[in-house]
Amino acid sequence: MTSRYELSHLRALEAEAVHVMREVAAELERPVLLFSGGKDSIVLLRLAEKAFRPAGFPFPVMHVDTGHNFPEVIEFRDRRVAQLGERLIVASVQDSIDRGRVVEETGPRASRNRLQTITLLDALAEHGFDAAFGGARRDEERARAKERVLSFRDDFGQWDPKAQRPELWSLYNGRIRQGEHVRVFPLSNWTELDVWRYIAEERLEVPTIYFAHERAVFERDGMLYAHSPYVELVDGEEPFEATVRYRTVGDMTCTGGVRSRATSLREVVAEIAATRITERGETRADDRVTEAAMEDRKREGYF
Amino acid sequence: MTPPGAATNGKATAHTHTSELLRFATAGSVDDGKSTLIGRLLFDSKQVFADQLAHVEAVSERRGDGYVNLALLTDGLRAEREQGITIDVAYRYFATPKRKFIIADTPGHEQYTRNMVTGASTADLSLVLIDARKGVIEQSKRHAYIASLLGIPHLVVCVNKMDLVGWDEEVFEQIVEDFADVSAPLGLRDVTFIPISALLGDNVVERSEEMPWYQGPTLLHHLEHVHIASDRNFADVRFPVQWVIRPQSLEHPDYRGYAGRVAGGVLRPGDEVVVLPGGRRTRIAAIDDHERALGEAFPPMSVTVRLADDLDVGRGDVLCRPEDAPEPTRRLEADVCWMADAPLRPGGRYALKHTTRSARAVVDAIEHRVDVHSLRPEPNPAELALNDIGRVHLGTSERLVADPYARNRTTGSFILIDEATNDTVGAGMIVATG
Repeated sequence: MTSRYELSHLRALEAEAVHVMREVAAELERPVLLFSGGKDSIVLLRLAEKAFRPAGFPFPVMHVDTGHNFPEVIEFRDRRVAQLGERLIVASVQDSIDRGRVVEETGPRASRNRLQTITLLDALAEHGFDAAFGGARRDEERARAKERVLSFRDDFGQWDPKAQRPELWSLYNGRIRQGEHVRVFPLSNWTELDVWRYIAEERLEVPTIYFAHERAVFERDGMLYAHSPYVELVDGEEPFEATVRYRTVGDMTCTGGVRSRATSLREVVAEIAATRITERGETRADDRVTEAAMEDRKREGYF
Repeated sequence: MTPPGAATNGKATAHTHTSELLRFATAGSVDDGKSTLIGRLLFDSKQVFADQLAHVEAVSERRGDGYVNLALLTDGLRAEREQGITIDVAYRYFATPKRKFIIADTPGHEQYTRNMVTGASTADLSLVLIDARKGVIEQSKRHAYIASLLGIPHLVVCVNKMDLVGWDEEVFEQIVEDFADVSAPLGLRDVTFIPISALLGDNVVERSEEMPWYQGPTLLHHLEHVHIASDRNFADVRFPVQWVIRPQSLEHPDYRGYAGRVAGGVLRPGDEVVVLPGGRRTRIAAIDDHERALGEAFPPMSVTVRLADDLDVGRGDVLCRPEDAPEPTRRLEADVCWMADAPLRPGGRYALKHTTRSARAVVDAIEHRVDVHSLRPEPNPAELALNDIGRVHLGTSERLVADPYARNRTTGSFILIDEATNDTVGAGMIVATG
């Protein structure tokens, strides 16, 4: 017996995510959507269109800009938000450094990755945001597999994995007190492959660095990093040309490229479907610091 | 170092075919091999990535496990790895060309009933593990009970560690018989038994060569083929309004759409609907999905409905078909799973969230508490404590458009929230309204 009332798994995930976004828009006072220009937040913007069009989004879009982003991504960010006719807020790590809120790391492995947390928390407080939509997925990382769709943060922005609210059916509890906020992850149940399939089905534009291109890179810890003014080379590190693409979009200082010939969405989907390494394992130095690197950063208030 | 009985771990090829989504919850006690089974499913269906495996290998070696401990694949938090326990519901994902699977992996110890209920609340199928050496124990009964309470339509009982009982058919048959005594009174409709060895992989993804007497499907084959499409209620139209879309823009000066997720039935343009709890009637003018106009909408789609008449409709209202619309009610009789340290007592007041409506609720009476050991109701308890389940009578500050949970899992469920702490403290399944 088959029913004609079946949804494909992508459409079921989409329906769930749209439901989450509408619940949060209805129940929280001042949500914001975090947009990095990366593939996951590109999907978030599409879902917001599905949830709220033909009206405007009931929240602004915000980017936490480390100042070390790929220029292609910043260009795409501005263009995409303008196309949608929505409001973009840029919270800048450089500002946090200039104001003395954080201290810049130094040395060849310096990264602004961890500093972002302060910039993010400051921006949430400054604008009075009580909910922040993020594109994190549970399949990305061990600690994230345990996180709720609506993830409660105390007034220090901290996540306590042992004291999470039970989340039942599709009944989300968004009640908070002054100063607290929730992080909202509508893509919780999506995998990297789901995200790419959805981008292909919806024909969404993504920054060019997701496709194979020639770039000056250097090798460190088995990963290929972009040769850029933001990273000091150490002895033995020589830049060379390679054909790479990016699986994740983070800082130029901590995001590695992968050798690839994929120049179209179809080829990217095929590559991801056949890959043998997780995206964060392959491309993110920030998760390699310790076994529980992500858990520790999340507890502090990271994305 | 490879896991015992490992299949060749090449990655599955790209599948272009769109597939259905199956959510299942696992439950088992600490030593039943649940994490090993999930690790095995992920590993044998080629969903474990090289870096994840390398990580597990390194940790297994450091711990001196002597084999690749697939349980480590699923334990995410520092405390879990250190203490070898599972703290909370963890979600895992894998896909085959036929289906995408979401596993809600919950710890099985008694004090974690709340996690089991949470994991089960969204599941299409429940997977219960029984240790072949121990047979049906109290905890197996509790898992079956929770599956039935949460209205999970399908149950799979994996009799694990068959390798440790010499692959003995009689052991398996005895467990099937014992479990039937438990499940029959619970009204579980679809129960499938599979003899497996999670450690060695027998009958998980690959068919076992050790148990030729077993003719049924492997676990993965069953998960891929169990029929779930008709589990939802496609009969009674229920559309809780989440959000009103009113652009008031030059381009759309008069657009007024009611956004929500279909909770039951099939909506079509032209259908007559009644807006509850108010009771006014109108017709569906159009169903919008972003830029497309739809001919119909069904669960679990998220859509926007436009109505023929300009009525005052808002969040919390439910569109129903007049013929099978429920009577809005301020009285609920429900089974409640209690999830907080402070007990639920008669007279207790809570915030209640049901579909898209929030109200206040007061506990009129606790009719009984289910003894989790005997599964028998004890009448008139003084309170429900953490991890207790009981039958509760509630009065609500607003009229709710509700159904019995057995009829509709979306319009039949609610949560209770402590207004002082904002914590979710109770999960309710409606037995009767009015």
